[in-house]
Amino acid sequence: MPERVVNNVRGIGRAVFNGIWRLGYASAFFLMILMRSGVSFRRPSLTIKEIYTAGVLSLIIIVVSGLFVGMVLALQGYETLQKYGSAEAVGTLVALSLVRELGPVVAALLFASRAGSAMTAEIGLMKATEQISAMEMMAVDPIARVIGPRFWGGVISMPLLAAIFSAVGVFGGYLIAVVLIGVDAGAFWSQMQGAVDFERDIFNGIIKSVVFGIAVTVIALFEGYDAPPTAEGVSGATTRTVVTSSLAILGLDFVLTAFMFRGA
Amino acid sequence: MENLVEIKDVSFAYGFRPVLKGISMTVPRGKVVSIMGLSGCGKTTLLRLIAGALRPRKGEVKVAGRLMNRIDHAGLYALRRKMGMLYQFGALFTDLSALENVAFQIREHTDLPEDMVQDLALMKLHAVGLRGAHHLMPSELSGGMARRVALARAIALDPMLIMYDEPFTGLDPISMGVISNLVRRLNDALGATSIVVTHDVQETLKIVDYVYFVADGAIVVHGTPDEIRKSDAPFVHQFVWGEMDGPLPFHMPGAPYATDLGLKAAHA
Repeated sequence: MPERVVNNVRGIGRAVFNGIWRLGYASAFFLMILMRSGVSFRRPSLTIKEIYTAGVLSLIIIVVSGLFVGMVLALQGYETLQKYGSAEAVGTLVALSLVRELGPVVAALLFASRAGSAMTAEIGLMKATEQISAMEMMAVDPIARVIGPRFWGGVISMPLLAAIFSAVGVFGGYLIAVVLIGVDAGAFWSQMQGAVDFERDIFNGIIKSVVFGIAVTVIALFEGYDAPPTAEGVSGATTRTVVTSSLAILGLDFVLTAFMFRGA
Repeated sequence: MENLVEIKDVSFAYGFRPVLKGISMTVPRGKVVSIMGLSGCGKTTLLRLIAGALRPRKGEVKVAGRLMNRIDHAGLYALRRKMGMLYQFGALFTDLSALENVAFQIREHTDLPEDMVQDLALMKLHAVGLRGAHHLMPSELSGGMARRVALARAIALDPMLIMYDEPFTGLDPISMGVISNLVRRLNDALGATSIVVTHDVQETLKIVDYVYFVADGAIVVHGTPDEIRKSDAPFVHQFVWGEMDGPLPFHMPGAPYATDLGLKAAHA
């Protein structure tokens, strides 16, 4: 019995130690990316290519999801608001929900699943097939040449995707509320315009999406770079990217929301 | 003759598992030297020590007079610009065509105009006989062709030292012959020095100037190909002629056969 307790405590200790060690390693990795980002800006074509891979190729899932989320928000919002005779406020509800919360959060979750997992798998496979080692042997720094452009590509893409998600979501809300249900279009747009504040709502949403972009991209790149060079290792790293990124997005969202909207 | 690579009393371990135990060897400039041994004997580790990817726990590794033990990041990268490495399966960049793979290093390290970069890359591909495959992606190349493109990439900047990590693994006899000929011809044409890590004995003995045999983390025999062929050292004999039994037994040591089959208990 005491031996089992000791083993359990030892297991917990090992897991905590590994977690802290990986967190430290990931932080050092993040700093290394920032310090070696010169190439990403001196050769913008590298970063633009990654914006295309991470951002443009994620557009379909972002647009389709944004449209449906906006439509569902309008349906649910109308259902509740009409009970209080405020059906015209559905535009405000859709817009505020999207720009403050759902736009950055859902777009980041989709970005993590679509682009983050692809980044991890690509870097992990590059490592497993010795492409990273080959690059180092050619005196080309893989952090500067491979990781840096992907990081900036992800960080630049994420707020743009969140903005597109919110815009398409608002359009979806308009389709349901105005076109389908028949809410007055003037009231829909004017209430939205009056209620949504650029600095408080839109700008805070942009900050959130930038922070999520940094978190998801660093996690994805770190997991790929740190993946054991085997099929199982790459598969495990890809799973960890999606799980860790999703938890990080939700955790960071709570913290950021608490700071941005306290007492408002 | 001046040595390009000098290794003195080098020991290395992965964690607590010793891999190299006091190895010393030299690689003279202009020569093709092979490091042979069984899988897992430490050959690739030795190559990685020479390339500066690992640091020895004890001893000295010198390349072109630079001590690799204490070389800084900038110094290491400066030295690596003069090195080429051919990996076991090529390690080509899968998102780049054959030509772009070869042009990669030229583009990264020089400010040459784009048309000159393309011409140089084509010339390197021509040297390995694959100018006609310049537009193909790595997934469209056979194993032998991929290895030749990787070789063209390794010599893109005319290196002083070319390292080959198991260049013959998984190749058909024709591709193997092509690669082994290229190893020798390119070394002589470029005035380079080559280190070939392999366990393909017969193919290697045809092209190299000197051989080091590594076993259990130490150099057991070294000499010219003729000396190796004539060697009566039991390990070398078994290795060169591919004998089933010898100093390296066919059977892994274990409990007596009868005991494992439970026969002893039955007869008791």
